[in-house]
Amino acid sequence: MEKTIANTVLKVNEEGYLTDFSQWNQEVGSAIAQEANIGMTARHWEVIAYLQREFKNEVPLSIRRIGKSGVVDIKEFYQLFPMAPLKTASKIAGIPKPVSCI
Amino acid sequence: MGHDSNTMKRILILGAGTAGTMMANHLRRHLSVENWEIDIVEERTEHHYQPGYLFLPFDIYTPEDISKPVCEFIPKGVNLINDHIEKIDPEQQFAIMRNGDRLHYDLLIIATGTKIAPEETPGMLGPEWQQSVFDFYTFEGALALRNKLREWQGGRLVVHVTEMPIKCPVAPLEFAFLSDSYFKNKKMRDKVEITYITPLSGAFTKPKATTALQHLLDEKNIRIESDFAIEHVDNDNKTIVDYGGRTIPFDLLVTVPTNKGDELLARSGMGDDLNFVPTHKATLQAKNWPNVFVLGDASDIPTSKAGSVAHFEAEILTENILSFIAGEPLKQEFDGHANCFVETGEGKALLIDFNYTHEPVEGTFPLPGIGPLRLLKENRMNHMGKLAFRWIYWNMWLKGNHIPFVSAKMQEAGKAFD
Ligand SMILES: Cc1cc2nc3c(=O)[nH]c(=O)nc-3n(C[C@H](O)[C@H](O)[C@H](O)COP(=O)(O)OP(=O)(O)OC[C@H]3O[C@@H](n4cnc5c(N)ncnc54)[C@H](O)[C@@H]3O)c2cc1C
Repeated sequence: MEKTIANTVLKVNEEGYLTDFSQWNQEVGSAIAQEANIGMTARHWEVIAYLQREFKNEVPLSIRRIGKSGVVDIKEFYQLFPMAPLKTASKIAGIPKPVSCI
Repeated sequence: MGHDSNTMKRILILGAGTAGTMMANHLRRHLSVENWEIDIVEERTEHHYQPGYLFLPFDIYTPEDISKPVCEFIPKGVNLINDHIEKIDPEQQFAIMRNGDRLHYDLLIIATGTKIAPEETPGMLGPEWQQSVFDFYTFEGALALRNKLREWQGGRLVVHVTEMPIKCPVAPLEFAFLSDSYFKNKKMRDKVEITYITPLSGAFTKPKATTALQHLLDEKNIRIESDFAIEHVDNDNKTIVDYGGRTIPFDLLVTVPTNKGDELLARSGMGDDLNFVPTHKATLQAKNWPNVFVLGDASDIPTSKAGSVAHFEAEILTENILSFIAGEPLKQEFDGHANCFVETGEGKALLIDFNYTHEPVEGTFPLPGIGPLRLLKENRMNHMGKLAFRWIYWNMWLKGNHIPFVSAKMQEAGKAFD
């Protein structure tokens, strides 16, 4: 699927996650955040940068690991990205939806 | 223990649960007693049929139905050592027992499974633990819950999953379905409100199965609350609270606490943040030590933690261990095959069959186009299958017997893939 975000045509899956991380930039991230009603601050971007680093290092993400990362605790993570923070933040970061392995 | 002779080598299996017991049986059949000593260490004396923990709270199975002596399933020619394993030293290749014994190995199989860790959630082990907060993932928990349910007068029943991964990820859903039946039979369904609470975004981890299961939840009037990441249990107000501040009241909380590998693996520096051992998903060899293999719930491979998985893994791991001993390359064969009956209440069940790459879909099992079992469809035959499973477990699986028509690798024929 394709979707126009921040005036760029991007490849996304049916849930709106980017399928090609190389298409991501901060403007795209801001636009996705806006759709989720999140006003991005410097603190939000720090967390996004951390998620992207982990993604590049192929470290599977989970709420637990993020809580222990030292970057952000779970409470604050929820304050920054309410409801389903890992999913919302991953979408903004342009990385795949985290799989909770079964 | 006979390690003085030069030719004699030792395979050490840690844990005589589902996976370890199967491996002991497979390997003893394939390796000569002259060359290979096989030892298996287990701290318990009773082997529990864990799928039975689901039925114990509802008075469907009795404690006697689901426990038998460990030694009954260990084959002749394998030494069963009843002790607690303290630590593994993978560099020096030995394991230390609680009594101080050091057991050297040439080849190690870790099969210590996973345990609940309620202490990970603040308040879970508070004053309400086993008063109005219960688990059913342990024998003690399931039994205490049975006693509670026998006299419970009704109210808000909350069935809850703390975080993934958990073993048998469908078990909490089955618990919700069986509760619906149980209270209907007791003519008190109208006095009970059932809510299912999950950290996932829906009823299950895989889309097609989620749709089927969501339908059943609606039909049984079970409310679902998703994306719930618990922060703590409030014992005073009898609520659970998530990190976003969402608060759910309960009169009876049945929770599946965080599942972790045994602490032994943390002490040995061999586990990840949940004490699961990093393992190659196709060969079952530990990532860091070539002569260590990991079977069953103890590994971190991305498939279900289930007895059926251990059964399929055991067939493939046996071949790989024989290859390893012969100095041949390992087969990259394990495909993550899992096969689970999902009890849906009122004498019915559905069946799901999946692997690393294919999610559960509709179809027939085990014979393509014939069945007799139906995938992802609720029926009575599947329920009979689930009950027969206990017999198969004790009499076929643990003894390392192959089940006719059911292959270790998932079959793609007879299934409705997109
Ligand atoms: C409620 C419930 C329902 C389930 N339903 C199903 C189902 O329908 N179908 C299905 O396929 N699977 C089901 N399962 C899952 C299945 O029981 C497990 O996946 C399976 O038992 C895993 O086998 P294992 O050998 O890896 O672990 P286990 O069978 O748990 O064995 C691990 C063993 O290691 C021993 N051990 C651990 N640490 C130490 C130590 N330090 N020292 C000494 N001994 C130690 C333990 O005592 C234990 O006996 C269910 C599980 C539960 C809890």
